[in-house]
Amino acid sequence: MNGDFQAPTIEYGTLAPLLVVFGAAIIGVLVEAFAPRYLRKPIHVPLTLLSLAGAFALVLVQVMGGQVSTAPSAMGALAVDGPSLFIWGVILVLSFVCVLLINDEGHFVASAAAVPGSADEEEAEAHSGGVGHTEVYPLVLFAVGGMLLFPASHDLLMMFVALEVMSLPLYLLCGLARRRRLLSQEASMKYFLLGAFSSAFFLYGIAMVYGFAGTVSLPGINRAMAAGNTLDPLLLLGLALLGVGLLFKIGAAPFQAWKPDVYQGAPTPITALMASGTLVAAFGAVLRVFWVGLGNLDWNWRPVIWVVAALTMVAGSILAITQTEIKRMLAYSSIAHAGFLLVGVMATYGSAERNADSLKAILFYLAVYGVTTVGAFAIVTLVRDPGGEAGHLSRWAGLGKRAPLLAGVFAFFLLAFAGIPLTSGFFGKYAVFAAALDSGTQAGDSVGGWMAGLVVVGVVASAIAAFFYVRVIVLMFFSDPAADGPAIAVPSMGTVAVIAVSLLVTVGVGLYPEPVLGIANQAASSLFIR
Amino acid sequence: MESQLAEIVQHTGGVIGNAWLMIAFPLVGAFILLVFNRFTNRWGHLLGVAMSLASFVVAVLAFVELLGFGEEERRRAVHLYEFIPGMVDMGLLIDPLSISFALLITGVGSLIHIYSIGYMAHDEHRRRFFSYLNLFVAAMLLLVLADNYVGLFIGWEGVGLASYLLIGFWQFKPSAATAAKKAFVVNRVGDFGLLVGMFVIWTTFGTLTFKGLGEQIAPGTENGTMLAIGLLLLLGACGKSAQLPLQSWLLDAMEGPTPVSALIHAATMVTAGVYLVVRSGAFFFPEGSGAALAVAIVGAATLLAGAIIGCAKDDIKKGLAGSTMSQIGYMMLGAGLGPAGYAFAIGHLITHGFFKADMFLGAGSVMHGMNDEVDMRKYGALRKVMPVTFVTFFIGYLAIIGFPLLSGYFTKDGIIETAVHHQPILGWLAVLGAGITGFYMSRMVFMTFFGEKRWADDVHPHESPLVMTVPLMILSLGSIFLGGYLILSNRLLDWLTPAVGAPAVRPEFHFTSVPGLATLALVAVGAIIAWIKYGRVPVPAVQPRGSFLTTFARRDLYGDALNESLFMRPGQWLTRLAVFFDNRGIDGVVNGLAAGIGGSSGRLRRIQTGFARTYALSILIGAALLTGALLFVGNI
Repeated sequence: MNGDFQAPTIEYGTLAPLLVVFGAAIIGVLVEAFAPRYLRKPIHVPLTLLSLAGAFALVLVQVMGGQVSTAPSAMGALAVDGPSLFIWGVILVLSFVCVLLINDEGHFVASAAAVPGSADEEEAEAHSGGVGHTEVYPLVLFAVGGMLLFPASHDLLMMFVALEVMSLPLYLLCGLARRRRLLSQEASMKYFLLGAFSSAFFLYGIAMVYGFAGTVSLPGINRAMAAGNTLDPLLLLGLALLGVGLLFKIGAAPFQAWKPDVYQGAPTPITALMASGTLVAAFGAVLRVFWVGLGNLDWNWRPVIWVVAALTMVAGSILAITQTEIKRMLAYSSIAHAGFLLVGVMATYGSAERNADSLKAILFYLAVYGVTTVGAFAIVTLVRDPGGEAGHLSRWAGLGKRAPLLAGVFAFFLLAFAGIPLTSGFFGKYAVFAAALDSGTQAGDSVGGWMAGLVVVGVVASAIAAFFYVRVIVLMFFSDPAADGPAIAVPSMGTVAVIAVSLLVTVGVGLYPEPVLGIANQAASSLFIR
Repeated sequence: MESQLAEIVQHTGGVIGNAWLMIAFPLVGAFILLVFNRFTNRWGHLLGVAMSLASFVVAVLAFVELLGFGEEERRRAVHLYEFIPGMVDMGLLIDPLSISFALLITGVGSLIHIYSIGYMAHDEHRRRFFSYLNLFVAAMLLLVLADNYVGLFIGWEGVGLASYLLIGFWQFKPSAATAAKKAFVVNRVGDFGLLVGMFVIWTTFGTLTFKGLGEQIAPGTENGTMLAIGLLLLLGACGKSAQLPLQSWLLDAMEGPTPVSALIHAATMVTAGVYLVVRSGAFFFPEGSGAALAVAIVGAATLLAGAIIGCAKDDIKKGLAGSTMSQIGYMMLGAGLGPAGYAFAIGHLITHGFFKADMFLGAGSVMHGMNDEVDMRKYGALRKVMPVTFVTFFIGYLAIIGFPLLSGYFTKDGIIETAVHHQPILGWLAVLGAGITGFYMSRMVFMTFFGEKRWADDVHPHESPLVMTVPLMILSLGSIFLGGYLILSNRLLDWLTPAVGAPAVRPEFHFTSVPGLATLALVAVGAIIAWIKYGRVPVPAVQPRGSFLTTFARRDLYGDALNESLFMRPGQWLTRLAVFFDNRGIDGVVNGLAAGIGGSSGRLRRIQTGFARTYALSILIGAALLTGALLFVGNI
């Protein structure tokens, strides 16, 4: 090397989707700085939507053109492989529809810094004309950029940076709800504190693993494990702490406590973004760390993830039963679904083809679950009381009689969450459980028994979960509407589009899963770059 | 000795490659009419007809394309998509059998659609009626076109749903609502059989496609499992085709609008059971097996029962319903005779589709002119005021009693002769049934079109509009010529052979066989008795008391009473008993479980204190546990 500086090589073509999103985010900041207030929203909306659509188009170009890279990009910092591109595509679609929800007026406060209920707040509200913070758009773009970066990180440091880029804007966005300001600020604060706490664990874990392996590159760590002593406490400690950081992000038990509080307090379009996009990104990262970075240690982490998965499914399902707030209920449902997905993460026994099978199942599940989730939250935004969204379940009683179409669609989404056949949710669950059983059988009798046991836990948890989904349906259709029941807001074109797309995908994939399964299969067949 | 079926060839492209359009057209039609409901009120019926006709066109084109292949290549499978991964792929099988059904369903179905424009013209829910009709056609097409039992089952259930909606179309009438429910419940029993049959097929063979089964099952295999599957499928067939002992729904199903009855009885639904048996014939009903014998016995018993019921009905539609039961019994009898009977069974199914639709729509036309009166004792002398209806109905009548050279003559005689040859006892019972048919159908014609006027005072019968009579004319043409065309020189037999197998001996049609002549003689006797009782003397306007035999027939051979005392009342007792135990025992466990889960939910919920410090503590504890667990696992 003799001290020469070597310019880093950057594969601009491969990384173009990332660059577009981050570029648009930076332009968004400039717009906030220089454009007059009345022009900001008209500039932000097309800028945000176009950049997300453009990034999606660039992803498509790579996939269609057959240029999926087989080597790490950006000097080994990123891996834009088949699974990454699939996850990118899903995140970009989900964030696009979430931005359509964000566009609706009335979700965001005009001045987040003002004390709730104070004269300052009223003044800011009057000034803004109901538009609220337009900083939302660049913040969302940064968060989406982080989400794209997170599952594609090829080394742990990059992953940490991505984690923070994704999380910091979300902490802010959570505090911007226009109604129930205190709840929103509390959510933001809690999310920030706990997020920082878990990030610290993650960072400490990186340090430990570096201490063992002498590298932060994921395949490098794996190689070091093959060569060195896998029982080194340094490595095991590092693995545990990395796990804490990642499991926190997906909301697995016992790190799930933040989810209901944050989902409830955040503005609903942001909740939709977190419940769909963030979950997808975090699962991408989980897969990459556990499969690529810690692949050689799987006999160690698998029993632990077994317990976590079982605990998450059961805790999410059981706790959801006594929830009386619709968003909290959906939050617990999201926890339970994280548990179902963890079952798929376990399914790595056997050959590479097997791994491709489970990977396909997880990718498919993520895609369809994300879409249904956004649709469900979009409907939540429409059922309103004078003070904002009608969150309490008792307010939803008899909705089927007052707004049969809306209630019917919501009921359908709930059935999809429950995994009833002829919805996309059924095939998601089926694919994950089938992959788990298959890979267990491949690995031999005792492992097969454990995997089968986990699937049984999953099915039981699904049954418990079906109870609280169906309970809402019963409430909507079989009880009498309250006299002063909530009003159904007239949805904007954007919201209608979001609900319609979610419904179409949920129905369509439920009847005809092959196209999405096919794409997931194609993405999964290349496996991760190692 | 069983002959091999032709191999199923994968097919792409062409009309056959796009055969799904056949199902898609009516399905889209139903969807549009239901979703955009009242916006489509003005043109909804036209859309319904257009979709049905489009489906018919596709069927014809696919038929023509199929003709272009050599005989051994006429079984084309079209892969559509992966349905349940690793288990079932959705695909269509276009072969001579399925395309024959598709042509019948879409052809006769379209005529019924057109007829309904006139018949339902004054119904305010005509648009909804057409959406259900379209749904019915789509489900039936899926049933016959699917290349596996799962697709068949989905179509099967779709037919059940559509029939429920249509029978109960006038749901404001309690009798219609009850009839719809009855049809649904009785069909459920049959569906249960089909479903369990499918389970057994899957566990035994690991496949549910016709192709896969064809590869695994050697022709003529007989053992306990195969017999069980055969009987379960037969139970399914009995439900849909209204065969004993699941016949009771059919007569009540007359509560639906008359075109529905025509659709259920002629082109769809009741033929599904025959299709199921013939389609599964090579696998589970090989010639001479116990399962096939069971099919034949069920068929023979039903054909007699239906005919006897038909003798005593004064309601024109119920009389026709009895005759449907009976005629489907003939088809089942034919289907239970192996490949020798298949061609005649399917032939009879097709010709029956024409003459039964003809007569049902004719009956509808009569009712249309008679203010929806159905009691034949209030008809009489209608031949002069409704000439077109009379002539077309009369042609249907001649066809169904097997008047020489009309359609029914060839196909029914074929079944009877084959049956006499293979199962003499059942065959002669079928001859007897034909005689009874001659009686009750003649009775119906005499009571309706001949004799004195017995109309109610405010009724002014008139001929129906062209939109209703033109379909009648087309159907009666089919009733005249189709049978001879299909049966003479074995056209239908040769056409179906690749799909259902060839008979050991090639049948030849004799105009002067013993069973054939005996049939004709008995039919003539039946008609003459009918003339003596109903043509020569005036028909009493009030139903006479009649002998106990008549009562027996009027009460549908006590089928309902039997069901009630054998199933309904014990069932009610059983449910009461079950409710008792449920309340005392099971509910305790279930409620306890639910309370347990709910309670643990309530307790666990307290962990969610809302304090960030508690959450952070839980993360810390979780991290400690995770670390401890990993160190522990690592050191095992």
